[in-house]
Amino acid sequence: MATDTALDHHADVQDGNLWDGAKSPFQASYGKLMMWYFLLSDAFTFAGFLISYGALRFSMPTWPVPDFVFKSAPFGVENAPLIFVTFMTFVLIISSVTMVRAVQEGHRENKGGAVFWLLLTIIGGATFLSSQAWEWTNLIGKEGMSVTTNPFSNFNESGKYLSAEELEKAGFQKVETEAHGAAATYFLRPRAADVPENRYFVKADHHGHSMAGEEFAAGNHFLITYNHANHLYEHGAYMAEDGHVKKEEFGPQAFGALFFFITGFHGFHVFSGVVFLTIIAINVAGGLYVKRRNGYEMVEKMGLYWHFVDLVWVFVFLVFYLL
Amino acid sequence: MATAANKSTAPAQHDVDLLIEEYGYDDHFHEHHEGDKYQSNFFTTYIFSQDHKMIARQFLITGMFWAVIGGLMSLVFRLQLGFPEESLAWLKPVLGKWITINADTGLGTLAPEFYYALVTMHGTIIVFFVLTAGLSGTFSNLLIPLQVGARDMASPFLNMLSYWFFFMAGLVMFFSLFLSTGPFAGGWTAYPPLSALPQASSGSAGGMTLWLISLTFFVVSVLLGGVNYITTVLNLRTKGMNMWRLPLTIWAFFVTAVLGLLSFPVLVSGFFLLIFDRTLGTSFFLNEIFVGGQALDHVGGSPILYQHLFWFLGHPEVYIIILPAMGIVSEVLSVHSRKPIFGYKAMVFSILAIGFLSFIVWAHHMFMSGVNPFISNFFVVFTLIIAVPSAVKVFNWITTIYGGNIRFTSAALFGVGFVSMFISGGLTGIFLGNSAIDIQMHDTYFVVAHFHIVMGVAAFFGMFAGVYHWFPKMFGRFMNETMGKVHFWGTMIGAYAIFWPMHYLGMAGVPRRYYRFDNFDTFSHFSAMNQFITVAAILVFAMQIIFIVNFFRSIWFGKKMTSRNPYGANTLEWTTPIDVPHGNWPGKIPAVQRWAYDYGKGGEENVSQIVPLAEGEHDQGH
Repeated sequence: MATDTALDHHADVQDGNLWDGAKSPFQASYGKLMMWYFLLSDAFTFAGFLISYGALRFSMPTWPVPDFVFKSAPFGVENAPLIFVTFMTFVLIISSVTMVRAVQEGHRENKGGAVFWLLLTIIGGATFLSSQAWEWTNLIGKEGMSVTTNPFSNFNESGKYLSAEELEKAGFQKVETEAHGAAATYFLRPRAADVPENRYFVKADHHGHSMAGEEFAAGNHFLITYNHANHLYEHGAYMAEDGHVKKEEFGPQAFGALFFFITGFHGFHVFSGVVFLTIIAINVAGGLYVKRRNGYEMVEKMGLYWHFVDLVWVFVFLVFYLL
Repeated sequence: MATAANKSTAPAQHDVDLLIEEYGYDDHFHEHHEGDKYQSNFFTTYIFSQDHKMIARQFLITGMFWAVIGGLMSLVFRLQLGFPEESLAWLKPVLGKWITINADTGLGTLAPEFYYALVTMHGTIIVFFVLTAGLSGTFSNLLIPLQVGARDMASPFLNMLSYWFFFMAGLVMFFSLFLSTGPFAGGWTAYPPLSALPQASSGSAGGMTLWLISLTFFVVSVLLGGVNYITTVLNLRTKGMNMWRLPLTIWAFFVTAVLGLLSFPVLVSGFFLLIFDRTLGTSFFLNEIFVGGQALDHVGGSPILYQHLFWFLGHPEVYIIILPAMGIVSEVLSVHSRKPIFGYKAMVFSILAIGFLSFIVWAHHMFMSGVNPFISNFFVVFTLIIAVPSAVKVFNWITTIYGGNIRFTSAALFGVGFVSMFISGGLTGIFLGNSAIDIQMHDTYFVVAHFHIVMGVAAFFGMFAGVYHWFPKMFGRFMNETMGKVHFWGTMIGAYAIFWPMHYLGMAGVPRRYYRFDNFDTFSHFSAMNQFITVAAILVFAMQIIFIVNFFRSIWFGKKMTSRNPYGANTLEWTTPIDVPHGNWPGKIPAVQRWAYDYGKGGEENVSQIVPLAEGEHDQGH
């Protein structure tokens, strides 16, 4: 830090009442305390987000079931609820353990050890970030979830959501039309013999308007999915395990928006952490902290940040993946 | 002033340098600062300075710049309110297209959307840039290291960044004034949907985007500053400076920094969600909206959620504004009435109580927003409870000056003026804190009058008291006392002339934020009162020109400071040399031996904090 202070030169006056001045009441350097105060304010930022999450979630009639939303993993693993996020969480928590070791080696002034454990921590953070990138790609690209679209309702049957291409391939009737001034596509399924007429057929869009250009005979088809230039996927089609294609109204938009926003904000923290850890690892390797009065304290300060980011993940994990 | 300065020259046995040398605390500062690298050229001295005293001056002068801009804005919209029929064509060279000139009559009219932009910018600028950065930024920076006995802030580098983030925030806001669509015009609270839909009004487009960017920079500045202030107060107090010996200024700045650290992040949460609503089409704060008959896509959000996030900052923010003023006034009144502050511990506990309570009263800004009336009860109760510590403080200020040997300097006058304003504005707060009365009063000129007196004028008075009092510490010269007294009396009388009548307007139900009233029969008979208010506002602004002239004239031509402790004050900043060096004390740091308020004790007019306790003497701070 830029200025030497009374405190740092007088570690030897730590006697008497700690609050009497010329010493740190918490027996910690000002740099470490500043990190604590920053983390306190950051905790309030996350609290603001999580309280917004709670306020919005509890104003919604339904909410997606996490076991169904987060059921995929890389390499084609399907129907494995929360397996991948368990891996991600495990990696992040383990990276906290390696961080503790790095701080410990710093205290022992063991340069090689500190670099080694810092590198493992960086690998842990990078693994978490890559996993998050895969999860986002999967949710956006494959499941069709975005900040404005949430294909997951309170659906809790095992199955797989179908994209427009998959529906067309499966032989569903694609209708292109127009609804309040914008292009719209919907897929229809012929009525099966055992389905009573008009049971599933949806004649109006979500604004209560009749859809323009509807020329199909009522009662013989039912709407599988509905895709509008302004309102993406108001109804989703999914294929249940028995091969039947069923439809479901989409869940609250807020789920997608909150998920990407809060996990993104947390991911940004992890990313910054990885960047700083890398800088500090380079500094340690270069011997910068050997010369310093407070030695490897920078490693410790970074450790505080890293544990905080892990702790925040516990809450994010709780609200999105468990509740 | 001159007599006071001479009279209080310390007697020989209290020679400051000897006391510092004998009892002081040697931190070997100068062994580490050979050839001071922090102030070696023009840029590191005046621009990118890391010295807390220079950063304080930067905050002050930037704050004054914004105060002039914000004040001029209020004059323009006051002209519109007071004289809606008069031509504003003469403002065309400044305001350009926002003044439309009638081709037939030559009458210049202020564009209504720009009227709203002026009101919005006036609020944003004064609340954030002047009364937060200009007040807390200036005096926390100047006084915390000087009064706790530290060489500088804990991190001078982050301190410098704090100023420059504030500067960038100001720069972005300044640019937004020149957009073709105008600056944001939806009120300083920036409620959605006006703030969340770029198509909602002209100012909601680019103006709101820049508003959000600017205030995000501003929050970064507040957090960097706050982390520094808290750490410095806790960690860098000099030997003997325990918490009960801290001057009340430091207690106030400390609690202010804590409030900022805990409330501004929540505002940022709201801002980020708002940015997403604006740019990515999310619906955090938007629900079922029609614009021009066209249904928008937003579903499921809650505009009330934004109000909660905003006011969770917004209410502590008013204490972020008023607490530093309270601290300054406590110190100034005690020094200039030559008496110990009355009830020091009660003052500290009331600062702490106000700080705590400020976090659990925010929804009293939302009684009429549709929050549950049962929830309102909770907020009414805690709002009214805040009156208790506030009243304790008022009582203690009055008892401090009661029977004192008061020197009516400009600083002391503004201190007394602060107490007057705080009482007047605080009393109307008790009315507004009741959710039942708020049904009639909300969004009327009664509210405008209340908060302008209690946190606008009062905080400005605290700031003026601080500037007049510590000007010698900042610039080594005194401000002109005659001009200061003219400034005080003009501002004091003028401010009441502006805001007193507004209470009547408010009780009659005149709503705030209206462009003109003369086409409402109910309100048109108030036009004379509105004219009176406008004239008073112009006069008060003219008084501030006296202050600004005095301020800049005194920097170069003011009476020079000849003794290091001109007021006979006890706090540590007056033990530094007249020309304060980087590091504040040339040799050792003084050690503190007693509390900050030994005035008139044992026959001495004042006893500095660095004078050791006599045999058997009791330290009153403890």
